[in-house]
Amino acid sequence: MTERIKKASRHTNQSEGLIFEKSSPGKRAFELPPLDVPLADPAKALGALHRSAGVEGFPEVSEIEVIRHFTRLSTWNYAIDLGMYPLGSCTMKYNPRVNEFVARLDGIATEHPCQPQELSQGCLKILRQLEKCLLEITGMDAITLQPAAGAQGELTGLLLIRAYLEKKGNPRKKVLIPDSAHGTNPATAVIAGYEVENIKSESHGQIDVEKLREIVTEDVAALMITNPSTLGIFEERIAEIAGILHAKGALLYMDGANMNALAGVARPGDLGVDVMHLNLHKTFSTPHGGGGPGAGPVATKRSLEPFLPVPVLVERPDGKLALESQRKDSIGKVRAFAGNFGVLVRALAYILAYGPGIRQATEDAVLNANYIRKHLEGVYDLPYSLPSMHEVVFSDSIQKKNGVNTMDIAKRLIDYGFHPYTTAFPLIVPGALMIEPTESESKEECDLFIDAMRAIAEEAATNPQIVKTAPHTTRVGRLDEVTAARKPILRWKSASRTEAAD
Amino acid sequence: MRYLPKSPAERQQMLAAIGANSIDELFSEIPERFRLREALSLPGPLSEPEIIAYFKDRAAENSVGYTSFVGAGVYNHVRSVVTDAILQRGEFLTSYTPYQAEIAQGTLQAIFEFQTLMCQLTGQEIANASMYDGSTATTEAVLMAERLTGRRHVLVARSVHPEYRLVLRTYAKNSGLQVEEIPYVAAVGTVDTAALKAAIKADVAAVVVQSPNYFGAIEPVAALAGEVQASGALLVVAVAEAVSLGLIRPPAEADIVAMEAQSLGLPPSYGGPFAGVIASREKFVRQMPGRLAGQTTDGNGRRGFVLTLATREQHIRREKATSNICTNQALCALAATVHMCLLGKEGLREIAHQNFSKAQFALAELEKIPGVKRAFSAPFFNEFTIELPRSVRIVNAHLVREKIIGPLAIGSDFPELSKRGLVCVTETAPRTEIERFVAALRRALEQPI
Repeated sequence: MTERIKKASRHTNQSEGLIFEKSSPGKRAFELPPLDVPLADPAKALGALHRSAGVEGFPEVSEIEVIRHFTRLSTWNYAIDLGMYPLGSCTMKYNPRVNEFVARLDGIATEHPCQPQELSQGCLKILRQLEKCLLEITGMDAITLQPAAGAQGELTGLLLIRAYLEKKGNPRKKVLIPDSAHGTNPATAVIAGYEVENIKSESHGQIDVEKLREIVTEDVAALMITNPSTLGIFEERIAEIAGILHAKGALLYMDGANMNALAGVARPGDLGVDVMHLNLHKTFSTPHGGGGPGAGPVATKRSLEPFLPVPVLVERPDGKLALESQRKDSIGKVRAFAGNFGVLVRALAYILAYGPGIRQATEDAVLNANYIRKHLEGVYDLPYSLPSMHEVVFSDSIQKKNGVNTMDIAKRLIDYGFHPYTTAFPLIVPGALMIEPTESESKEECDLFIDAMRAIAEEAATNPQIVKTAPHTTRVGRLDEVTAARKPILRWKSASRTEAAD
Repeated sequence: MRYLPKSPAERQQMLAAIGANSIDELFSEIPERFRLREALSLPGPLSEPEIIAYFKDRAAENSVGYTSFVGAGVYNHVRSVVTDAILQRGEFLTSYTPYQAEIAQGTLQAIFEFQTLMCQLTGQEIANASMYDGSTATTEAVLMAERLTGRRHVLVARSVHPEYRLVLRTYAKNSGLQVEEIPYVAAVGTVDTAALKAAIKADVAAVVVQSPNYFGAIEPVAALAGEVQASGALLVVAVAEAVSLGLIRPPAEADIVAMEAQSLGLPPSYGGPFAGVIASREKFVRQMPGRLAGQTTDGNGRRGFVLTLATREQHIRREKATSNICTNQALCALAATVHMCLLGKEGLREIAHQNFSKAQFALAELEKIPGVKRAFSAPFFNEFTIELPRSVRIVNAHLVREKIIGPLAIGSDFPELSKRGLVCVTETAPRTEIERFVAALRRALEQPI
C-alpha cells in the first residue's frame, strides 16, 4: 500500500519543548543600545504602581535558542509552500513573496495612522488604488477597507443594511440564511441585532426560489447568499432572487468567500447584489499565517454609501487624498484606524501582478476543480450533480458502508502528504468532502491528489482499519480532544506555581 | 503568469480529460448576460520589479526621514530582525488555521506559548489566541461581560481611546447595550471615581477603563476593582501600550483585560494588522470569544496541542456563538510571541525602563519652555499630555517643516482640552532627537502668531 504514497515520506524532525522549559535566569536573546538619558527612578514616580520584579515566568533564553525553537516548531506544520491545501471555501492559494517585501518597506510598514495626512499621501494612494480595483472586480459603487476579516465584513454589511432600512423608517427583524451557509453568517446576524431564519436548499443544493417568494415579507431585512454556494455551484437564479427581495424592500447580501470562481468572469454588482464582503486572505492571496490576519472589505451599491464606516477616503479639490471622519449617517467604526493596512498592501500587490489578466487565475481555479471532480466521480459519492465551479463537494456515503467516514479519509490523506479537504461542511451534505484546489496547483499536484484519494477509497474498501486509525506518519497521532475540552489546560505553569495553586 | 503553474498544453490536456472544448464551457451555468465579454479595467500586469517600484514610490510620499513623537494607541518600538526571519518561514506564513492538529503542531504550540505569555504579562489566568485589535478586543470583552452578568448597561471612562469608544458604540447600538461615559478628573487625567461610584447601579454589566489611558495616565485599577465588583459588574481594563506592563503593575484585579499587542514586535503599518487579546479568569472561559489552544495527549501519551472549547465558536454554535470571529490575527500573535521570547524577562524590564526614563527626560526638558505645562498630574509611562500657550496644530506646522511630527492635538476629540497634545517617547528616540524636538517647539512658540 505504501508504494501508492508518492508525495511524501517519513523524515526525522527535531523535538522541542515549550520555550519556558528552556528558560534559565541570566540568558538574554536581545540587547538594547545603552540609555542616553538619565535613568529615572520608577519607584519614586509610580509608588505602588511600580512592577519592581520582571514579569514572572517570562522566558530567559538566548537568540540561538529562540531561532531553534521556532524553526523546529515550524517544521511540524504543513503549509501552502509545501503543497496543496484542498480546503473548500478557504482558497488556499500561493502567497506571493513580493507582497511580503513591499509590505515591509520603510515608508510603508513604518507609517503611523495618526500622522498628518499630508505626510501619508502614499498610504492613501494605496488605499484608493485598492478601492478602485475591488470596485471594478465586484461591479459595485462604494467600498470600505476597514473590516479586519470576513466575519467583520459580514457584520459591517449587515450594519449598513440596518442603517439604510432604519433611515427608511423600519430596520426590520429578520435575516434569511441558507442552511448551506458558513457559521459566521448566522453568528453575525445575531450580533447585528437580527433574528435568523434558515431557508432550506432545494434538491440541487440551490436556494429554493419558490420557498423564498413565500417567506420574504416586510419583516425581512436581507438574504445572505454565498455565490457560488458552499457546494461550489453557481446560483443560477440569483437575479430572480434579488428581484424577489427588492420587490419587498429587502436587500441581497453576498458572502464573497467564493469570489475565486468569479473574479474577471462575472461581477456580483451585475447580479443584483446590494452589499457584499470580500476575503482578501482568500481570493486576493494574503497569507493565512496560521489563522490570520485577514481583511474583509465591504462593497456596496450607491444607496448604502452614506452609511459607510468612518473614516472614508475622499479626494480633495487640490487633488490630495484625505480621510474624512465627519459623516452624519455613518454606522461608526468597526475597528480602530483605517483597517489592516499591511494586508491591504499585499492584496494590491497581488492585483497589480495580474492586472486585467486576473481572469486567468479564475479559469485555472475552475479548471482544476473540474479536473479533480472528473477523476473522483464514481469513486466518491457526488450528492449534487450540477456543474461545479472552483470547488466540488463529495460525500462519504460509499465509504461509510465499511465504517469509514470523511474525517477518517481526511486523516489518511495526511499520510499521503496532503492537508485534508474541508470535512463535515456544508451541513446540508452529511459526511461532506469539500475540495477546492485553487489555481495555484499544477497538473502534477492535482494528479498526485487524485491518485491519493483513489488509493484511500481502495483502502476504505479493502483495508478500512488503516484509514480509520490514520494518520500513521505524523509526529503526534490523533489527539484527545475530549479531555482537552473537559479539563482545559490553556497555559503553561511552572512547577512551583502549580504547587501553590493546590 | 508566474503564479500559475500550468502550460497551455497542460490546460488543453485537462480540458480534454474533462470532456470540455473550452474553458468557457465550465462557466456555462452563469447566465450569458452576466458573463463579462471584456477584460476588467485594472492596472497592470506588473512584473516583480515594477511592483516594488510602485510601492517604493508610494513610500516616498509618506513620512520617511521624519521623527515622530506620536503614540495614541500605536507605538514605535525596536523590533529584532529575528522576528521577521521566523515569520517569513513558509511553514508559519503560509499555513492554515490549525484545525487539523496533527500537521499544525508548530502553530498550536506557538499559540499555547502566546496565551501563556499574555497571562504572565497581564496577571490573568487565561488568554485567547487573539482578536483583531485592542479596540475590538475591548468591545468583545464588554459583550462577554454582558453575557456573564445578563446586564445591559456599560460605563466607559472618557479617558479610554476615542477610537475604542467609537467601536464599542458601533457594536453596542445593535445589541441593546446602553453605553454611558464617565468623566475624568480635570487636573489629574484619570477616571473620576466619585462619578463612577454614583453611576454604578444594579444594571451595570461592565466598567471599562484603559491603563495607561489615552492621555498616557495610569488609572487606579486596583482601587477601582473593589467598588466595581461589589456591585456585581465586571471590571474591563484595556491596555493599548503592552510594553508598559514591563514596569507597571499588571491589572490582575480586573475581571477581563483587553490588550493590544502591537507594541510587542509589530510595526505601526498605518494602523494594522495588529493583535488584540482577551485575558480573564478561568471561571469565565466558556464565555470567552476567539480561539483557544489547549494541551492534551495523543494515543501514545505524547504531549500535543489542539484548538479546544470550540463549542463557543461560530463554526459549531452558529447563531449561539460567543462571537462571530473566525479568522483572527494569528501571525501577528506569533510575531508578539517571538518578540517576547527575544526580550525575555530582563529585556522587557529594561526596554520599559528606557521608555520611562526617556519620557521623564522629555517632559522635564519641555517644561523648561515658557508656557509649556504638564496637563495632568497622574503618573505616566511613556506618553503624557502637555498644554501649550497656542494651538497645537499651528505649532505642529512649524515642527513638520523641521521634519518632526509633534504632539498629537486632542482638542477635536476633547473640546475642553484645546491646546493640549499627546507626546510619546519610546526607546527609539535618541536623546539628540528629543533635544531637537524640544528646541524646535521652543522656536515654534517664539514665532509671531
